[in-house]
Amino acid sequence: MSATLAATSGSTYWYLTRSTGGVALLLLTAAIVLGVLDVQRFSTPQWPRFVVDSLHRNVSLLAMAFLALHILTSVLDSFAPISLIDALIPFGGSYRPFWLGLGAVSFDMLVAVTITSLLRQRMGYATWRAIHWLTYASWPIALLHGFGTGSDVQATWLLALSIGCLLLVLAAVLARVLSGWPQNLRARTAALGGAGVFSVFLLLWLPGGPLGSEWARRSGTPSSLLGHSSHAKSQGGGRR
Amino acid sequence: MCAELLPERITLDEWGYPLIDGEPLPRSLLSHARRAAAACPTFALLVEREQGHD
Amino acid sequence: MSRSSTTLAEERPPAPREPAAPALPRLLSGIPAHGGALSLDEHLDIHGGLPPIGDRPAQRRRHAPSELIGRIERAGLRGRGGAGFPTATKLHAVAAARRRSIVVINAAEGEPASHKDRTLCRLLPHLMLDGGQLAAQAVGADELIVCVCESAAASVEAVAAAIAERSGLAGAPARVRLSVVPGGYVAGQESALVNYLNGGPALPTFTPPMPFEQGVRRRPTLVSNAETFAHIALIGRHGSQWFRELGTTSQPGSALVTLTGPVANPGVYEIEYGASLSALLQAAGGTTSRPRAALLGGYAGAWVEGQLLGGVALSDEHLAPHGASLGAGVVALLSADACPVAETARVARWLSAESAGQCGPCLNGLDALAATVQEVASGTAQGNAGKRIARLAALVQRRGACAHPDGAVRFVLSALETFSAAFADHARHGACDACASPAELPLPVRSSAGAERRRGVGSAS
Repeated sequence: MSATLAATSGSTYWYLTRSTGGVALLLLTAAIVLGVLDVQRFSTPQWPRFVVDSLHRNVSLLAMAFLALHILTSVLDSFAPISLIDALIPFGGSYRPFWLGLGAVSFDMLVAVTITSLLRQRMGYATWRAIHWLTYASWPIALLHGFGTGSDVQATWLLALSIGCLLLVLAAVLARVLSGWPQNLRARTAALGGAGVFSVFLLLWLPGGPLGSEWARRSGTPSSLLGHSSHAKSQGGGRR
Repeated sequence: MCAELLPERITLDEWGYPLIDGEPLPRSLLSHARRAAAACPTFALLVEREQGHD
Repeated sequence: MSRSSTTLAEERPPAPREPAAPALPRLLSGIPAHGGALSLDEHLDIHGGLPPIGDRPAQRRRHAPSELIGRIERAGLRGRGGAGFPTATKLHAVAAARRRSIVVINAAEGEPASHKDRTLCRLLPHLMLDGGQLAAQAVGADELIVCVCESAAASVEAVAAAIAERSGLAGAPARVRLSVVPGGYVAGQESALVNYLNGGPALPTFTPPMPFEQGVRRRPTLVSNAETFAHIALIGRHGSQWFRELGTTSQPGSALVTLTGPVANPGVYEIEYGASLSALLQAAGGTTSRPRAALLGGYAGAWVEGQLLGGVALSDEHLAPHGASLGAGVVALLSADACPVAETARVARWLSAESAGQCGPCLNGLDALAATVQEVASGTAQGNAGKRIARLAALVQRRGACAHPDGAVRFVLSALETFSAAFADHARHGACDACASPAELPLPVRSSAGAERRRGVGSAS
């Protein structure tokens, strides 16, 4: 009974952390798309610019809320040994340290972006803008974190969702880079290059990486959990 | 964006930059004006307190 | 004499001469025959020692305003950088500040048609530095910075040498240094200069805070034109009454003007305010051809037609009915051989290129303005170009962080009015024969901070 209970509460938090992580990815994707629409001054009669702008800001804040939950539930979950510090200081944890650490890196960037955006009117425009561009870096890092740490990555629907989000972000980046071409040619080419390299990297890495065999072990799951990991997974899958 | 949020006082020129008449704002428009100023992507707008008035 | 390799239209750099008026020269006293700068000893021989006005740093915190500032106020000295702001007011504001202040001598001189400041630097640096030193004492500043344009190599050298000569001089501020600033029309603007000294680009910043409150390194900063400081040096020695012996009641004193165009000896001259233009031209050896018009005040100034020039007196009071002012002491004559329409189009295009690119209305508006003027000049204008220019002028004025767009508009509108017949002619028939003659209005070929910035940065957000 107690073992089942323990497994239940473990699973609940584990579900929550996975689901909030997934939702956060969706919201961050939407935030980037809206951000590009915002800076491109996109508007329709039904969606004036201030609506696009407000949506961008609010979706971003909502994403941060979900990220906070994502971190909280991952810490509370008793299965994987993740402490609060690991969520903020990257690469120090014992559970898949590198892949988890990427999440911390991405989160740290987003915290900087959020704080500067809330204090926008008190800082110089150039500074605010430079920090805001961290969002373009935080997103792929977050995606890699998801692929690296996520235990559902092999599920088709989640993979499709992730790839879908990637395509949306790539489209947004392309739109942003192409408008105003060829001013600041170096920066724009670098952005395109970065996006291209990242996509190719994913294509080459995913099959042999997270989608490949024994990823849990190869990604740094503590060996004490390895047996349990597959057990918890099948149980979780059974509940589904 | 500011012209959308404060159409009573702001219109746009042919390049999309705000044209303001500079008249004092009535109290009813103050919160809208502040929102319009906050929304400006380049902080080009300022809501200023006039001497002697509110 | 060194060749200024950046100017387009000038043949040789101007040299100051002594005009005929009896009470003059004041600033331009004792220009040495050897063509170099007056040494410290030579300078002290001509003007006497620095006045012991009694403004010592220990007295800085006294509530009574400094004696020097009082004298400058009674003298009615106004800035010689073009804006004509009362100098005493600036001094009071900086002196009243709590923090230790800094004094900046502005010899950046971004106006292409003006050479007086670099000439002062090149030949009479000690006069300028005297004024800086006195002002520093009066406002309690411990640092004096002289800003000279990088393209005026001889001036830079002379100022550096003069500063070295003065090291250890009694009453000098603790730190005196030279700062070489980039060329550029807006680089000499007060906030642009402070921006540059703080490590930023030489582009105007959005005030507030004003430099006298928070300028270089966030300290209260007095920024004034080089010539203004030269006058301070003499008012300190001879007093306010002496200063007022020349000039008019509303514009007392003498001033330096840069005279270019079809005269025998173009260059920098010292006049008293209210002197007639004819007297100045005479002092310059007379005109070599009948001038078509004169541009007064620089490229933010206004034109006066040739026929009216005989009755023109050089003071803002007298020029106001003509819609003009002296500005930074620019008198640029246009010969009858030049095409005023082509010249206006060239300068308008240059002014648009000199926009800092920080404010949409200026960047876009001046570009559209220059394009329209060019269309009129080449006869390719569609529709009512005059109306379009008027509309653009209204859209651009007072919508920038600095006065650059306003000045450019004033220049263009004045040209349209003064040369209305020529413009109408070009609109109908295109370029005239004179369009091909060599350019007369001086323009530099260097690239400015504004142009660099626009190449690097894209459109807004």
